[in-house]
Formats: sequence, structure tokens, C-alpha cells
Amino acid sequence: MVKPTAKFSIRGLSVHYGRHCVLRDLNLDIQANEIFTVIGPANSGKSTFLNCLNRLVDLVSASRCSGEIRLDGIDIRGGMEVEALRRKVGIVFALPLPLPLSIYENIVYGMRMQGIRDATLLDEAVERSLRESYLWEEVKDRLRTAAMNLSGGQQQRLCMARILAGRPDVLLFDEPTSGLDPISTAKIEETMMVLKEKYTIVLVTNNVAQAARVGDRTAFFLMGEMVELSDTSKLFTAPADSRTSDYITGKFG
Amino acid sequence: MNPRLAQKIAHAVMLTATLLVVLPVLVILVIIVAKGASAISWDFLFSMPRDGMTAGGIFPAILGTLYLVLGAILFAVPLGVLAAVYLVEYSSDNWFSRLVKLSIVNLAGVPSVVYGLFGLGIFVTFFRFGASILSGSLTLGIMILPVIITSAREALESVPRHFRVVSLSLGASRWQTIRHSVLPHALPGILTGMILGLGRAAGETAPILFTVAAFYLPRLPHSVFDQTMALPYHLYVISTQVPGIAENVRYGTALVLLSLVLLLNLAAILVRSRFRGKKKW
Repeated sequence: MVKPTAKFSIRGLSVHYGRHCVLRDLNLDIQANEIFTVIGPANSGKSTFLNCLNRLVDLVSASRCSGEIRLDGIDIRGGMEVEALRRKVGIVFALPLPLPLSIYENIVYGMRMQGIRDATLLDEAVERSLRESYLWEEVKDRLRTAAMNLSGGQQQRLCMARILAGRPDVLLFDEPTSGLDPISTAKIEETMMVLKEKYTIVLVTNNVAQAARVGDRTAFFLMGEMVELSDTSKLFTAPADSRTSDYITGKFG
Repeated sequence: MNPRLAQKIAHAVMLTATLLVVLPVLVILVIIVAKGASAISWDFLFSMPRDGMTAGGIFPAILGTLYLVLGAILFAVPLGVLAAVYLVEYSSDNWFSRLVKLSIVNLAGVPSVVYGLFGLGIFVTFFRFGASILSGSLTLGIMILPVIITSAREALESVPRHFRVVSLSLGASRWQTIRHSVLPHALPGILTGMILGLGRAAGETAPILFTVAAFYLPRLPHSVFDQTMALPYHLYVISTQVPGIAENVRYGTALVLLSLVLLLNLAAILVRSRFRGKKKW
């Protein structure tokens, strides 16, 4: 049974790259309006898991997925176009990756690809999404300048604005602060806390403290398997599995 | 050996090698300009040859070469770029794409006279285009295809992968991604390939020998099914086949061919730098 509030429900998800198994038989639900964080060492499959949720995993040649992922009860493979899925489920990557366009054009890129040409609609989306990502005040006077000239933290918030412009349901963050200084990191985290009122957030991070700060629930991945999933406070205070406690106390990873 | 001395010797050797590379270019240019410049005149450039090519101009040959180059580019660039886009963006690494890549490499190694024979067999005889601008252009076009495809492939492959991933992640389709986030950044590289192909198409003699080039045809072509004179072949003819042509006419023809190629290159380079400069912000 799919619980009515589950945004994503994942059943029996396995991913192979060639013969190599990167995710093994994953079963979990992601609730609407929560920040679901995934922690784990390198090669634990957490980024692959994120890329399954918007099917970017399809870009990896020789990747094979089995199992089922449902978004609001609809199978994301059989039930919808991949372009529509990716508009609903936006992703912010580890490195700030603005396209070599202006700030404005970066934000409206997705809308333009949808065929939206109405200038007022585009202008509105730019202002709304920049306000939502707390970048508006800093860039409102130079929307037509190169996005590449922004600082790393600003670029990362621009990448958030870029997916917010398309009115998504779910925001995926793939170690979004790994290349940022502590102040920029704090800003991104604050923004996430506000955004979860409206969106469902899945955050993959290799910063254990970050998961503890922002996560509602946290999953610990190890070598392609989910070792433990519980409320963040419980996972960090009383982990059920010894491997989890070893990882969060820094014994390996 | 003293490392400072070794450094000096290495520097001297490499500088000499570099100068030796530049030297032939300079010598060729100086000789052609010195011997040919006196022949260049309005009349030489823009009038018909007369008296068995011993007098008059070389206008039909200039125009013929321009037509042939244009035809070859019109044929080869769209075909080559589309093939490169397919190979880089769509095909996966399987036996078919490897076979295609292998044949492109081999196509580049075929001697130009073989292209001439191929053009004669296919376009002139089989398709009954006759010896014509169409046959010559298509033959030259096939000859420059490998250059076009290879440089377009390199240009596409040098576009960072994350442009594609970001574009797709924002809900763009595959073709939209290629059209808006890949091709614009590959365009300068694609144009470089076009420039290289253009120079080769203008200068080759063998491929047009059996397919289009006229020995002596003092009139302008009326359609793509007409024969035409062309500069490289004309140069060969007046240098070796017809006695009694003044030396400055021969070198003048070479100078015109050289200038034409340089001019076409220059135009393409200007277009390319415009694209490079045209940032969309």
C-alpha cells in the first residue's frame, strides 16, 4: 500500500552499471514536504539513488535499473514523459553549473524549452524564483550579465532558482555545498529549511553534520545498500546499526 | 653536460627547426609574387582567355573554382555535421559506430586521384551527370567529408558534458539540448573544419580532372551540368601542356589561386570570430 502522503515510493530498486551493482533492492518512501537526507561514504550509491529519481541515471551508458519508483503514485518510467518528470523533479549538482548564458537566460532555460515565450510570464518566474532562493536583491540590477561572473555560492543559489522557475514538486540536492565556504553553505541550508514548506527535498550529503542540521529523516547508505533509515534525531543519537554509529562518529568514511 | 649549455643548445635546435618550417612558405610566396605580380591586372582577372590561352584572362577558371568550392561545401558541410552530431550525440559505442569511424579515417587516406576515378565512375557515368560542375562538386565534397566530420566531432566532443546534463535535467529534450546547449558552442570548431575543407577543395587537381575540368573553354558555365575551367587544372595545363605561355602568366595564375584560397579562408575566419565573440549575455 502506498501511503497517501508519500511523494516518492520506491520498491525493489536496484541499479547495475555493467556487471557492477551500485544499488541493491532499495525500499523506502519519501514524504511530501520533508527534507530527506542520505549520508554515506563515497561509492555508497547515494548519488546514483538521487539520479534515479529524475532518471538522469539513464545517461550513464550500460546502466540498468530494476524495481519501481512512483511519484504521487505514478510510475516514473511507464507513466510519464521523462521531460515532464525532470521538470517536476529538479536537481542541484555538487558543483555550481550555470550554463554559459546570462543570469536571466539560465533561469528561463527550462521554460523556453517548454515553448513559453510570454515575456511577462518569464519575467515573473525570474523574480519569483530569485526571491525564493534569496538571490534577488544581489542580482536584480544585472540580470542580463553572465552567470559565470557570480561567486560560487551565488551560482549555486542561481542553480536553485533555475529549477524553482519551472515550479517543481521535488528538489534534489547532490552534495550542494561541497564546493562552498561556510557562509555560503549556511545560506543554502537556511534556504532549504524555508523551501521545504512548499517542496519535498532530497539531500545527498557527505557532510554528516549538515544532515544532522537540516534533515527530517536520514538514511545511511553503504556499498549500495540502505543500512538504516530513521528520524534524523534518532539516527544521530541512537543508531540501530553499529556501522551507522561507526560512520557518524568518524571511524571510517 | 652543463645543464645551462644543454638548455641553450636545445633552444637553438628547436628554433632552427621552427625557422626551417617557415622558410619554404616564405620562399614559395616570394617567388610566386615576384614572378607573377606583373601579370595581375583587371583584364587578367576578369576577361576570357584568347588565342589558345596564350593571351587574355583567366576569369572562367576563377569562377569555375569558386563554383566548385561552393558546391563542395554546400554538399559536404550539412552532411558531415549531421553525421558528426549522430556519431557524438546519439550513437552508442557499438560495432556499427566503430565501423563508421573506421571508414571515415580510411576515407581521409584515399589518394585524391582515386576520388577522381570514383567521381568519374559514379557521378559522370552511372548517374549520367556528365563532366559537369555537379559531378566535380560532389567528388570534391566527398573528398573533404572526412575533414569536416572529424573536426565537427572534435568540436562537439569538446563541449563540456555538464552542459548536456544540466540542460536535460531542466526538462529539455535531447534534440533541444543539442540545438541550444551543444551546437552553439561547437560552431567555431565546425567552421574551422569547413575552412580546412575549403582550402583543400580549391586546390586539388586530380578529383576534378575527370569529372569537370575543361582544358580550354572560353565561356562561362550556364548551369550545374556545364563543364568549366578551374584554376588548379588550368595552372597544370598552361605550365606543362601548352607551349609558349609567358612565365608571368603561369605564376600569376598560381598567385590568383593562392590568393583565392587565402581570401576564402579569411572570410571563414572572420565569420568564426564573429561567432566566438557573439556571447549570448
